[in-house]
Amino acid sequence: MHFSAGVTLLYLLAAVLFIFGLHRLSSPRHARSGNLLAALGMVIAFVTTIPGLHHSALNLVLMSLAILVGIPVGAVAARSVKITAIPQMVASFNGVGGGAAALVAVVEFLRVPSGGTVSPVLSVSVVFAVVIGAVSFAGSAIAFTKLQELMRGTPITYPGQQPVNALVAAAIVVLGVLVVVSGIGVAGVWALLLLALILGVAFVLPIGGADMPVVISLLNAFTGLAVAGDGFVLGNPVLIVGGTLVGASGTFLTKMMSDAMGRSLNNLLFGAFGKIQVRPESAGALQRSVRDGSAEDVGTLLAYSQRVIVVPGYGLAVAQAQHALRDLADALEKRGVTVDYAIHPVAGRMPGHMNVLLAEANVPYEQLKDMEEINDSFRSADVALVVGANDVVNPAARNSPGSPIYGMPILNADQAKNIVFMKRSMRPGFAGIDNELLYDPKTTMLFGDAKDSLTKLVAAVKAA
Amino acid sequence: MSAQLVNEISIFVLAVFLGFEVISKVPTILHTPLMSGSNAIHGVILVGAMGIMAAAHGPLQDAIGFLAVLLATINVVGGYVVTDRMLEMFKSRNPRGPSQP
Repeated sequence: MHFSAGVTLLYLLAAVLFIFGLHRLSSPRHARSGNLLAALGMVIAFVTTIPGLHHSALNLVLMSLAILVGIPVGAVAARSVKITAIPQMVASFNGVGGGAAALVAVVEFLRVPSGGTVSPVLSVSVVFAVVIGAVSFAGSAIAFTKLQELMRGTPITYPGQQPVNALVAAAIVVLGVLVVVSGIGVAGVWALLLLALILGVAFVLPIGGADMPVVISLLNAFTGLAVAGDGFVLGNPVLIVGGTLVGASGTFLTKMMSDAMGRSLNNLLFGAFGKIQVRPESAGALQRSVRDGSAEDVGTLLAYSQRVIVVPGYGLAVAQAQHALRDLADALEKRGVTVDYAIHPVAGRMPGHMNVLLAEANVPYEQLKDMEEINDSFRSADVALVVGANDVVNPAARNSPGSPIYGMPILNADQAKNIVFMKRSMRPGFAGIDNELLYDPKTTMLFGDAKDSLTKLVAAVKAA
Repeated sequence: MSAQLVNEISIFVLAVFLGFEVISKVPTILHTPLMSGSNAIHGVILVGAMGIMAAAHGPLQDAIGFLAVLLATINVVGGYVVTDRMLEMFKSRNPRGPSQP
């Protein structure tokens, strides 16, 4: 495809805005303007494309219709999604992008007249974009299903999983090579699409729900690469730059995210394979006793403490209890109690998710402490108040090598003088494993909905 | 190898390095917004999907092209809006004025 000098320069401007926007997105102060700059780049790329389109009236109508339907669907979904559900929303936006990338390559291949010759550059790029885009689409769909809890979040494993997946991957490689060298044509591309969808599903199934953010980040990088592949298919530089930027920065971000969780990417992606999950005997666990406290007991304990460290988790967000938590912290501070929030890197369902939730409740930024910053302070804390969190304080990550979360850095809540767990039930956390800390003699359980319990605690603290 | 292909490969290789360098050090709290923001950027596939749709021949290509434009539009619009929504909350972090150190 040949572009006029004007179009090429405008595409260059769009690419520069993507780069500049991405750069600003990585610093807290400029992040929002970075996102807007990238969006401006997108508008420029979009408008620049329109005059060059060779269309029939029907195609123009269809295209406008697709865009006019897509805009409200995307905007309404993004505006109305609950903050707690943002991870699965990002997964679905990524999935549809991957799907679009795969479909663009398919159509470009369909357009080759039958019997016509296909250049190797075109066929290699088509195979690449179809496979990577379809894997991203199907993988994102499974990630969405797991995060939305339409499917259980624990790793799904079955005998022969790894060989079967390897076989599918090998079949894709063989078929891809055949499409490129022998020109088996359209049928081959459809088969590739199907196999890649299967691989996407099979690839994400054995990965646990708690690791899903890292998987979404990886699939995000995949979609970027598929888009870059389409850039080669269509000879369009703005697709190459945009797609490659996301592919490269997304790979880097994926690495940073898995580092924050203290896991190697390899272990995270393939850890569940061939390993029998050592689950503690649940019957034994049920018989063990926990100390169950009333809101009054806990309220008094908090009111007469000097230092309280709150460990917020996903349960807090689900119960929409961040405002009630803020009220409790205010009541305690009025009595001279120091309150801090210990934010685990993966608190919530994604790195940074908890910061967003607490920012929504106007919790002062200075009170949100990173794990490294606060971990030594638990020793001097009177109470560690764990609200709807579980895995991030599970000592199994330190002491039990068989555990799926072994090696993950955790908050040292167990070192506080008292530990209060606010939970709905004894149900294990997202990683699906039992937590020894619940049975610790220093631990008091406060069962119930986090919002109700916090409201009762505020009253109890004021009465104490 | 055509001149155009050589150009494209050059752009690709430079963009790889740029992609690694441009986000160097990101605080954990920005991991999610950054992922979401870059997710919106790969929505640039919309430009490709529009080209495909415009040039499509026959019902099959029309249908796939339509689907591609629709999905890409959702990717772009949803991606930017949801990212802005996340970042909006960081901005309104401290409306009660700076707290005591």
